[in-house]
Amino acid sequence: MKTEQFATARHLPFGDNALLIEFGDIISLEVNRKVIALSEALTNAWIQGIEELVPTYRSLLVRYDALKIGYEQLVFRIKDIEKTLKELGTEKVGREITIPVVYGGEYGPDLSYIAQCHGLTEEQVVKIHSGRKYRVYMLGFVAGFPYLGEVADEIATPRLETPRLKVPAGSVGIAEKQTGIYPCEAPGGWRIIGRTPLKLFNPLQQPPTLLKPGDTVKFKPISKGAYTLFSEERQRNERL
Amino acid sequence: MNVFNVLKPGFFTTVQDLGRQGYLKYGVPISGAMDTFSLTAANLLVANNPDNACLEITLIGPELQALTKTQIAITGGAISPKINGQNVPMWKTLNIQEGDIISFGKMESGCRVYLSIRGGINTPLVLGSRSTYVRGGIGGINGRQLKTGDIIEGSKTPLLKVEYKMPEELVPQFTNHIKAHVIMGPQDDMFTEEGINTFLSSHYKVTSEADRMGYRLEGPPIEHKAKAEIVSDALLPGAIQVPKNGKPIVIMRDAQTTGGYPKIAVTITSDLSMLGQAKPNDAIEFSKITMTEAREKLRKYYKVLKNSSNMFARSQWQNKV
Repeated sequence: MKTEQFATARHLPFGDNALLIEFGDIISLEVNRKVIALSEALTNAWIQGIEELVPTYRSLLVRYDALKIGYEQLVFRIKDIEKTLKELGTEKVGREITIPVVYGGEYGPDLSYIAQCHGLTEEQVVKIHSGRKYRVYMLGFVAGFPYLGEVADEIATPRLETPRLKVPAGSVGIAEKQTGIYPCEAPGGWRIIGRTPLKLFNPLQQPPTLLKPGDTVKFKPISKGAYTLFSEERQRNERL
Repeated sequence: MNVFNVLKPGFFTTVQDLGRQGYLKYGVPISGAMDTFSLTAANLLVANNPDNACLEITLIGPELQALTKTQIAITGGAISPKINGQNVPMWKTLNIQEGDIISFGKMESGCRVYLSIRGGINTPLVLGSRSTYVRGGIGGINGRQLKTGDIIEGSKTPLLKVEYKMPEELVPQFTNHIKAHVIMGPQDDMFTEEGINTFLSSHYKVTSEADRMGYRLEGPPIEHKAKAEIVSDALLPGAIQVPKNGKPIVIMRDAQTTGGYPKIAVTITSDLSMLGQAKPNDAIEFSKITMTEAREKLRKYYKVLKNSSNMFARSQWQNKV
């Protein structure tokens, strides 16, 4: 029953030039794999009229030119492609990217709160956060912001009650069972535990983001000194 | 080529074209003109490509000094533009001499005005577009709104020997009561029948929280069936989100690319330009239509622009003969 896995998909209109394929309303690896599998299949299918695909946690948005292809016709074509998709276990292994992070102190002002909250030491929180691999479920919020999951229950923490007006670029945060990285300075309510010197968004590069949905991310604790060296080197390279 | 010196920047003036296509999956919004019809028309009136970059002026116009002989067109909300203090018409090719000062009067209707320059504004392309996305700091002039002393650059393009004028009947009339057609969904099933009736039968007022990212609306609250949150998924301009308080939020061109509130409906493409002219205290009324009706309206929308484009091209040709 190779078509069974997509049987739960809902095809919904999104205005007159897009449609949404919903695979569920939960954060789950299985749901997100379906989203990305279909996104890749549609990218390779080159259906005339499709302009853009936006994979998210649990749905795929398809933007199309309504004068080139009608809604019903497009749904029909997409359902056809869904039927050809193989077992989900065959998802291509995405890239694995290591993100160096300096945890705590001025770079991670909420690390001590999270430790306190869960009766742990700061070192234990760092060990748990950097001790597992995370999947990039989607990019959103601001350019290049990756939504990563899932954070271990021992350190999962709700957002700040009052969001900060400015979170510095590179900040690594936790919101419930999600973890994420601010690519640029932005307002935000995630609990900040550290900072990476890596640049996550560069509009002058193609593609413009370091990460893409389906990638695997691992955090590597680094010292304050290493962070400074890394940042300086990056700035030097940018000037070249 | 330097075309204008910015003497006063106005309230919020940015460089915009038709936007950034294909980067939503990286979290980069579409941006581009809030009123794409007026931007396209402004370009056609100086025989530019429809997607050339223009200035988007918000509520209070800038003051510009011409550094060269050029041609411009001004479209969008009625704002009484002036050259050296003399009133000049909108929706028409205007000849500008070196040293001329372009200024603007009071915004009488609508919220946004477009100023095209023959040959287009020439800022660097960022991810395929010149549109300014201020929050992300990209596009336009250093990713920000204009400020005093900025130089607007154009590209060297031969000037037209004719002047074009948008036919009166094709000039949109902007009122402070906007009627927007929507297609219901994708998450309309999260609202009660009464909630949907409320949405489709009420007048919603645009609050002061209204900018290029979106509009928060005030009016009768729309009732959810149960929860008012979803696992975040994609957003597009025109989508109408309803958070827990039941007050709709209209997503516009600089909005974040994903959101966690259910979307009751999405505004059709051909009504987005009108919606892009909304300002605080305007009323918006939503009515639902079918996909087939929407496609008919879309076809008509493009036909108007195509006809104007053909008409202008023809008169240029006649002039050459």
